[in-house]
Amino acid sequence: MLKFAVRRLLLLIPILLGLSILVFVFVRALPGGPETALLGERSTPERAAQVRAAYGLDRPVYEQYASYMGKVVQGDFGVSIQTQRPVSEEIARRFPATVELALTAIFFAILVGIPLGFVAGRRPNSWVDNASTAGSLLGIAIPVFALGFLLKYVFAVKLGWLPGIGRQSATITTDHPTGFFVLDGILTGDFPAAWDAAKHLILPAVALGTIPLAIITRITRAAVQEVSSEDFVRTAEAKGMTRRVVTRRHILRNAMLPVVTIIGLQTGLLLSGAILTESVFSFGGMGSFMAQALFSRDFPVIQGGILFLAVVFVVVNLLVDISYGFIDPRVRTR
Amino acid sequence: MSINQLEAVETAVAHPEEAAGGLARDAVRRLLRSPTAIVGMVLIAIFVFVAVFAPVLAPYSPTDIDLTDLRPGVFPGPSAEHLLGLDQLGRDELSRIIYGARYSLLIGIVSLSMGALVGISLGLVAGAFGGWVDSVVMRLVDIMLAIPSLLLAIGIAALLGRSLTSVMIAIAVVNVPIFARLLRGSMLAQRQSDYALAARSLGVTRSRIVLRHVFPNSLAPVIVQGTLALATAIIEAAGLAYLGLGSPDPSVPEWGRMLAETNSFLASAPLLALWPGLAIVLSVMGFYLVGEALREALDPKLRR
Repeated sequence: MLKFAVRRLLLLIPILLGLSILVFVFVRALPGGPETALLGERSTPERAAQVRAAYGLDRPVYEQYASYMGKVVQGDFGVSIQTQRPVSEEIARRFPATVELALTAIFFAILVGIPLGFVAGRRPNSWVDNASTAGSLLGIAIPVFALGFLLKYVFAVKLGWLPGIGRQSATITTDHPTGFFVLDGILTGDFPAAWDAAKHLILPAVALGTIPLAIITRITRAAVQEVSSEDFVRTAEAKGMTRRVVTRRHILRNAMLPVVTIIGLQTGLLLSGAILTESVFSFGGMGSFMAQALFSRDFPVIQGGILFLAVVFVVVNLLVDISYGFIDPRVRTR
Repeated sequence: MSINQLEAVETAVAHPEEAAGGLARDAVRRLLRSPTAIVGMVLIAIFVFVAVFAPVLAPYSPTDIDLTDLRPGVFPGPSAEHLLGLDQLGRDELSRIIYGARYSLLIGIVSLSMGALVGISLGLVAGAFGGWVDSVVMRLVDIMLAIPSLLLAIGIAALLGRSLTSVMIAIAVVNVPIFARLLRGSMLAQRQSDYALAARSLGVTRSRIVLRHVFPNSLAPVIVQGTLALATAIIEAAGLAYLGLGSPDPSVPEWGRMLAETNSFLASAPLLALWPGLAIVLSVMGFYLVGEALREALDPKLRR
């Protein structure tokens, strides 16, 4: 098992190195280069040359890359051009928001998707099955930002039940020791603040969770249906075991293997790519931060941010692989 | 598209036992028997028809402005002259939706063909040569798959500047690793098959086996993915338009942009968000339904 995990971990190194080179070259290929982004309209050849020298952009690319990577391994991603603060600090400030949102979204998807997929798989062609199939299709076909608009319009504008913008009401001035707003409220004993932050999470999490919900429902349905027709289920039923025991021990346990994998992969995807949802709800996490950085050509942020998100993505995928080895012993021997 | 879904597609069509002609004929027959596939094909047919005959079908030009009823903050709703009402600049909404089909179709087809062409070439090279060529190509593909696809598309579109072309290139680049990985996986499975062994024992050259036998038999999952890629292209283009990365010309009636623009007056004219939203959902559903039905139809395990 350890060997399996270590081997998978070692395979990551060349991928991440290659990725860092790709991102590095990509940023330097931005039209006009980083110096134009910095100077904007006021750019003159002399000033551009000054900026290039200040940021070390006049040195050969491989030298720039070596010194950049030397700093990155120490956790130094440079300084953001927009905010003039270290990129690592900016990421540390915003990533908790993204984690909070992604975990809420995946929790919503699991809570609704697994029971729905289970019922649909146990009773194929029933109304539950047909409704869940149609619903999953709709969930995949709606652009996530359009769903965001819809939720915002109905629940924030028309009904006024839930807030549609930001992470917390502006009137709340609780400390944020962890950056996870709901947790912060609980830790500092300010429960109204925690409740306020939780309410702010609902609409974006539902919007973000729809695609994972659709996928989890479909995979659960397919897995339950497949396992239900296995010989060992028939044997268990023939032995006279109660429906509940068969369902729990034989069907659910075996059907959960692919579902656990897809949950892990979707979590990785949500952690790294909530750009549209965060923009619609002005959520202030990594996604909207990256979108802003791309538009303002904030190259230290683009470089560091993509690298950071990709690392999160591949590490989560690695954890999924390893956990799969735990759940299904056959994987380890491959 | 997650790696897991990719693998599902890869394994779905791993071992067609008969020649491509037989499987293809069989697949078409099964496709025509599936009600969801027929719904999907009807949706695609409507979409393509509207796109092709837009100038004939549209009652007005998508850029003509009718200022008679337009006042700030007032959005004339559906009427006899304008079936879906006027948009925020006094343009006929129905005509813009009809012309919008052209842009969605164009973005879908161009990005799919570019992405598939490069991806298939890479996959073919990797699958045909194996060894270090395979390792190099696949590591490159792994790197591309390590970047979340929307982030990659946004980065490329931002790098190339605001235009329809950069949207198409961005979506194409996202497609490249998916197609490369799929084809390569499928070819590896086919190379192990009995017919490849039989051909080799008959003395057929390696290049001929790969090009004439293995490659055509490996294409089934690629075809399925191609259909699904048209659906994701429409969704991704809409997302990029929302972020302001589409065409800079505001007169271009692109569904994603039309939908995104309604954000600022959603409360006063919710219908203007509904029409482009509906157009996107229905066209995406069409490609998705057909793609799913194709996957089942091309799966030899389900053949009778």
